[in-house]
Formats: sequence, C-alpha cells, structure tokens
Amino acid sequence: MERFELSQALGREILDMAKAKGASQGDAVMVESDSFFVTVRMGEVEKISQAVEKRLGLRLFFGNSSASASTSDISKKSIEKLVDDTVRMAKVTAQDPHSGLPNAADLARDLPQLDLIDDSARAILVDDKIQMALDTEKNALTYDARITNSEGAEFSNHFGRVIYVTSHGFSGEYSGSTFGHSVAPVASQNGSMQRDYWYSSSRKFSKLESPKSVGERAARRVLRRLGARKIKTCECPVVFDPEMAPSLLRNLSSALSGYSLYKGASFLLGKLDTKIGSEHLTVIDDGTIPGAHGSRPFDGEGLPIRKKLVVDKGELKSYLLDTYSGKKLGLGSTGNASRSVAEPPGVSPANFYLAPGKDTPDDIIGSVKAGLYVTEMIGFGVNMVTGDYSRGAAGLWIENGELAYPVEEITIAGNLKDMFQNIEMVGNDLEMRGRIASPTVKISQMTVAGD
Amino acid sequence: MTQENLPVAFFSDNFGIRAGDLDKVLDAALGKKADYADLYFEYRRNEGVSLEEGLVKNCSQSTANGVGVRVLADTKTGYAYTDDITIENLEIAARTARYIAQTRQSQVPVPVGQPHGEIHDLYPVKTPVNDVALEKKVELLYEIDKFARSLDPRVKNVFVSLGSEAKVILVATSQGLVVGDIQPLTRLNVTCIVEEEGKRQIGSFGGGGRVEFGFFVDNRDYERYAREAVRQAILNLSAIDAPAGTMDVVLGAGWPGILLHEAIGHGLEGDFNRKKTSAFTDRIGQKVASELCTVVDDGTMPSRRGSINVDDEGTPTHRTVLIENGTLKGYLQDKLNAGLMKMPLTGNGRRESYAHIPMPRMTNTFMLAGESEPEDIIRSVKKGLYAVSFGGGQVDITSGKFVFSASEAYLIEDGKVTKPVKGATLIGNGPDVLTRVSMVGCDLKLDEGVGTCGKDGQSVPVGVGLPTIRIDGLTVGGTKA
Repeated sequence: MERFELSQALGREILDMAKAKGASQGDAVMVESDSFFVTVRMGEVEKISQAVEKRLGLRLFFGNSSASASTSDISKKSIEKLVDDTVRMAKVTAQDPHSGLPNAADLARDLPQLDLIDDSARAILVDDKIQMALDTEKNALTYDARITNSEGAEFSNHFGRVIYVTSHGFSGEYSGSTFGHSVAPVASQNGSMQRDYWYSSSRKFSKLESPKSVGERAARRVLRRLGARKIKTCECPVVFDPEMAPSLLRNLSSALSGYSLYKGASFLLGKLDTKIGSEHLTVIDDGTIPGAHGSRPFDGEGLPIRKKLVVDKGELKSYLLDTYSGKKLGLGSTGNASRSVAEPPGVSPANFYLAPGKDTPDDIIGSVKAGLYVTEMIGFGVNMVTGDYSRGAAGLWIENGELAYPVEEITIAGNLKDMFQNIEMVGNDLEMRGRIASPTVKISQMTVAGD
Repeated sequence: MTQENLPVAFFSDNFGIRAGDLDKVLDAALGKKADYADLYFEYRRNEGVSLEEGLVKNCSQSTANGVGVRVLADTKTGYAYTDDITIENLEIAARTARYIAQTRQSQVPVPVGQPHGEIHDLYPVKTPVNDVALEKKVELLYEIDKFARSLDPRVKNVFVSLGSEAKVILVATSQGLVVGDIQPLTRLNVTCIVEEEGKRQIGSFGGGGRVEFGFFVDNRDYERYAREAVRQAILNLSAIDAPAGTMDVVLGAGWPGILLHEAIGHGLEGDFNRKKTSAFTDRIGQKVASELCTVVDDGTMPSRRGSINVDDEGTPTHRTVLIENGTLKGYLQDKLNAGLMKMPLTGNGRRESYAHIPMPRMTNTFMLAGESEPEDIIRSVKKGLYAVSFGGGQVDITSGKFVFSASEAYLIEDGKVTKPVKGATLIGNGPDVLTRVSMVGCDLKLDEGVGTCGKDGQSVPVGVGLPTIRIDGLTVGGTKA
C-alpha cells in the first residue's frame, strides 16, 4: 500500500480535499517521531526499544460546527476515509458561535529559531547509549553499601517533527529532540527498603548531567530516606524541594487554563487582576527561551509564542488561553494553544516557572523551627473547583532549622487558595529541569496527618 | 468462521500479512541466541462524543495500527515496532529487536511457559458502540444533559462524554501459537458543576465495560449516572473539613476496592518480585492480611472492563488467588517473569498498545465477601470515617506506601454515619493495611467500569471490587488536626 511522506504540501492537499466536500475551514497537524530507549538493571541490559512513528490529525469546520479525526495510516485510502469520516461527524455536532480558527491577521509570521534540536546526536551509537545507562547505574550502586538493588537506569532519546497547516494560510513546522537518562536505586536497612531516583533531561545531548552526577544524586536521595518514620498529626510550615514545588505550579496552570475557567471548574474563576498569592509569587510563562523543553516557534493554532507575566507579586495578570477559551471569556488568545493529533486544541503552558527569590535553600530550611521538607508526593487529591488539597507525602522532618530525620506515610493538606497566599519564602535555586520549574518554596502552614 | 480466526483474516485482508510471513519474521527475530520471540499486531479505532454547556461540541475519532516485535533472551527484552505494517518493516523491526540477544551473558536457555487453558468468549458484542449511528449517541448525550439539569436548579453545567474503542489484536509466537481477539470497550461519564450562594462543587459518575450501547439505555441506566453525579456534587456543597490523623475507617462496597489495587495488587506483580524491589518480595506463604481477607484477580468475568479473553501475549486469562484467608498465595505474571521465576503463567501479560512492551498487570482485582452486615460494620465504629467513593490512587512499590483519595466520605460518630466531609487522601502501608481488616461485609460489589491503571507510562483498563470492610486505624489526610 502506498504511504505518503508527511509534509506541509500533504496538509494543504488534504484541506483542499475537505474544502471540495463542503468544509468551510480546517487544519491539519502531523507528527513524526523517532524514539529509542534502553534500560539496564544490575549491570545488564534489560530492555531496548526503537521505533519510528507517524500520525496525522484533521479538524474540519462546517460554519460553526466541527469534528476531528486522526490516523497512523498515511495511505491514500486511509486519508480519503479520514476526510469522509470527519465530514460525517461534523454534521451531527452543534453550531457553536465561538468555534473556528484564529484571525488570519494574528497568525505567526517570522518563526523564531529556538535551537530545539541536536541533530549531531543522531550519530551516537547504541552501544554508547547503553554504556551511559550502565555508568549511571554503576555510580548509584557503588555509592554506598546500603544501596543493594536497583529498579534500573534508562537512557532515552526522541526526535520529533511537528507540521501544522490551516485552510486560512498558516503553514509551518519545527523539529526538536529530547535526551534523558535516569536511575532508580533501592537501598535497604534493617529489613525495610526505600527507592528514589534522579534524572537529567535536555534537548542537547551534551547538556545532560554526567552519569556520575545523576547516579550519585539518586544515591544520596535514596539514602536519606532510610529509617523513615511516621510523625504525629500537626500543623506546621511545609517546604517543597525544587522537584516537588513544580507540582504546585502545575496545579496553578490547570486552574488558569481557559477551559477550566469557562466551564466553571476552577477556583481561580473571576480572579484576574486580583491578589491570588503572596508577594513572593511571581510566575512567568515563556515559550521563547532557546533550547528549553517547552519552547516552540508557534502554538497549537499557529499563533505566535511570547513571554508573559502570569502572576506579578501575587497579582494574577493573565490566564492561559487559546482562541476558543479566550472567546468564551471575552479575551484574546495568550498563545497557549496545545494540539495533540487526535483532539481539538487545549491549553498548556510553555515554560512555566516561579521567579527565584533571594534566599538559599539552607536559609529557608534554617527558618523553620519544626516543619516538613517534602521530597516526594503521591496521589491525586486536588479538587480544582474548590482548591481543596490533600496528598500523600514523604520527606524529612526539620527541627531547629536542620533536616533531622526522614518521614513517610503522611499526608499534607490545605487549600491551594491559602497555600498560594501563605508562600513565605522562595529560594534562589531555580533550574529549568523541565517545562514547569520552581525553586524551593516555603508555605507557612499546612496540616500534616500522621499518627 | 470462528471468532478466533477473525483477527487472522483481518490482518491478512487489510495488511496482506499471511501465516507463512509470520514464521519467516519470527525466525529472523529469534536468530540463534534468543529464547523466544513474538509479534503483536494491533488495529484500534476510538471514537469520542462529548457534550458541555448543553451542546455536543465535538466528535472525534482516531485510528491506529501497528505491530511490535519482541525478542527475549534470559532477562533481556529487545523491542521494535512500526505503524506501517509491511513484511519489509517487520523484518527491519525483527533485526532491531534481535540486537538484544547479542548482549546475552548466560548461555543457559530460559524456558518460556506455554499458555494453557481454554480461550474465553467473554464479550460477544453484536454491534460495537463504535458502529452505532452517531445520531443516536448525540441524542443520548442531550437526553442526559436535560435530565441532569432537571434534577436540581443548582446544577450549572453538565459534561457528558461517551467513548468507545474497538481493538483487534493478533499474537504470533516462536512457539507456534497464533491467537487473536476482538476487544470492544466503552465508557459513559457524567460530570456536573453545582453552585449555591457563590460556592461551587463538582460531582462525577460513570460506567461501562465490554458492552453494547444498550448497556446504558435499555433500562435508562444513564439516569442513575446523572443522579449520582448531581447527588455527589450537592452533597459536597455541605461537606465540612475532613479530619486529619489515624482513625478507624469503613470503606463502602465497590469502587473503594481501589485500596486492593494500590495496596496489594501492584506489589504482587511478578516483575517487582523477581527484581526483589517489592515490599512483598519472598513473602509467599506468609500472613499478609487478616484471616477475613481473600483477594483474587480475575480476568474472566463476562463483559467487564478489566476482562480480556487472552492477554497481550496470547495467554488465556485466569482467576488467580492472591491472598487466601490472609495468606499470600501468588503473583501476577507475564511470560518473561513467569519463566525467570519458574512460576505458572496467569494471563496477566498486558500492554497499552503495539508501541509498548508487555508487563504483568492486574485485570479485575477484588476481595471476596465476608459475613458481616454492612450496618453492623458501621455500628461497630465509635469515631471514624466512612468512605464510599474515590478518585485515583498511587503506590510506592518499594516502601509499600499507598494513597487513594476519597471523593465522598462521612464522619462516623457513635456508630452512626453523620456529616459529609470534604475529599481527603488516605495513606497506608501495603503489607500491613489488610492485617488490620477486622470486619468484612457480605455485600461484595464490583465497580461500574471506569478504572484505568497506569504503570511505567502504560495505561490499561482494569476493574476493582470490595465488600464493605472495616480497617482498624488508617491515616486520613484532612485539614482538621
């Protein structure tokens, strides 16, 4: 069966086919990826996986009604069926006056060069990738005699290409790469086991942390959990380490998503230009940082990406919107449309981070007489409508300004509205390890449940 | 043509893949050094229809097909996949997957178990929901919206979604097995937002399984979904702060079985036990629960979301006793781990798609009914929490700590259910929590068919079930210290 190569021209051709069948507007998104991973465990290769994938998504409008479809089969027959199915589905959806593509005048024109791909790394040999994972694990396993086991170390790489074409003149594409390696050592003491991990991820192979650094950090993280105990239920200050603090920003970004807002499903509804946090809460969304994980030359609707102040010293300055959710709220898009192949656009932040403060992490821990330093959270206990928050946690107990002993089997609870207002200190230790990043954060009081 | 032959014909007709080709590719994959090789062909079509603000704004559909080639050599797995199903691509994938065998250290072959047991026919669906006219589905969504809004004036918004999937799989192995399955799956969800005096709350309810459209409409069961979503949202408007600390907890029947899934199930998956990273490692034959507890994983329950006729390695599903009267009996296995641990296959080798390597996964995991009346269980608690509905949960396999988050819970005071409390996360220790089960109800209930389990980045549909049980002392993560 003949298969097509993905291209902007193919996108235009498909949209022309749809126009001929009566569609008034449409867009096509195409993604191809080349991915690899290897996991090693206890010094031996465990799994290797390699694949190339292609997917094509189509969305069509008939006036104000729309439907979307996607396929991994990029053949003539399949594409014809895709168009026909989409046309058929759009006939039963409702007329929605806010639907449609963004104004043509607003589309991104001069696409910025954001340094998102490391093509030279395509030449790295599989054996070298395996060696890197082996080295990372070895550095963790040999760090301390109490590290007795491992869930393995992984090296992965991903090369992706995104093509986006609309019926009203946008046609663009970009390619990017991601490299990562990680290890999850297991330590034991007195018959009880703990596991922790560390990872490094970058768009450039050369920017990855060394196997020694990743292995040793993972080792130190797991060792400090040994001998963890439960504590008495109490109210106390809670310090989130820079691995856990981003989860608070993830909660913030979903509460600020235009879709949550117009549906009435966000505790930040109607809070634009009001104080939603303490003066220490300054949040920026910036899709233009060269080489960063969340950067892209245009958003999921072909609109320009920008840098914006989302929260300024506690005052909410901007929601995260695409064209549709913006219209529903009477506002313009903020360039935050995200688009998966299979679904209509949604909203996501680009590089979303909490601006660093002046205090060192040691200063922050030092400021706590008795409280919790959180290094791990599990569970999903956040109600985005009310802000009610309750999650499982593990970490270290702070006594007289010092990390005293590990704790586990506890929960931390509060309400996100109060938690943002009660941010008392923000560290100077911001590192853009992922799309959503944060320095150390101290919240003056939460409920910790244990015994 | 029998049901079993349909997948063979499907991949032959649509992709030109013949039986002889399979052997050729499997031989190439196996090479001289590997223990085992298999191919996993998959064709999947998903459809989704959704309503919000009184409008069916979107219909979407997606089609995916591909094939994964796997090679096992002692503890190693080589895997390659392609979404372009041709013999040439299969041969390339086979060579890539075989790369793993070159790094093999031990020359002693690892025997990979042969599937045993008969292949089931658990979901004989005549008309898959995918094939029901779109107009009928759209009509149902409008009907649910109207009904939910009619229940209470405080209902401000209703979201309804109907998703369906039709999946055809074919597994061919180097042991000569060729087995396929056709797996329908559907799910209906109703969520509503209610508002009173500026206070908003949310409630959700859903259900489904490997069933036909009639499952939702024949007895107007969708009305129950809407009623439950509205009831839960309204109830939460008046919920008070949840307590914080350790207390006696009564879990209601049904979906609270997520406790078993998180606290016990994952820790009993073969891979973690072979690697000795599970808190349950080497504990078969030991007491891990009170004598009242018998827990099984059963992939053979007709029409259920967590059931499958054969797992994704071609092994027929089984009913596996995990804990019997408090004693740990067995693990859940896939081919790799069963072979290395010299244990029988249990039909739990599952994967999200052709792009994923199989792992031991749960199917429907539940506790058998006991003898206590649910009312007596509640009456036995002086001060505690009664939790009847939950959101998600998670577990740290190694430390054994697990959480699950209540979305509907009440205080128990002097043996009576009193005030509703806000959602709170419950946290416990897997190997220890079931030892504190002091009463088990006679009211075993399975969930409604909405569970999805995530492990190592792969999602698969699962089910859970539980009778009402009492746990003496579990940490409740509320705000009221």
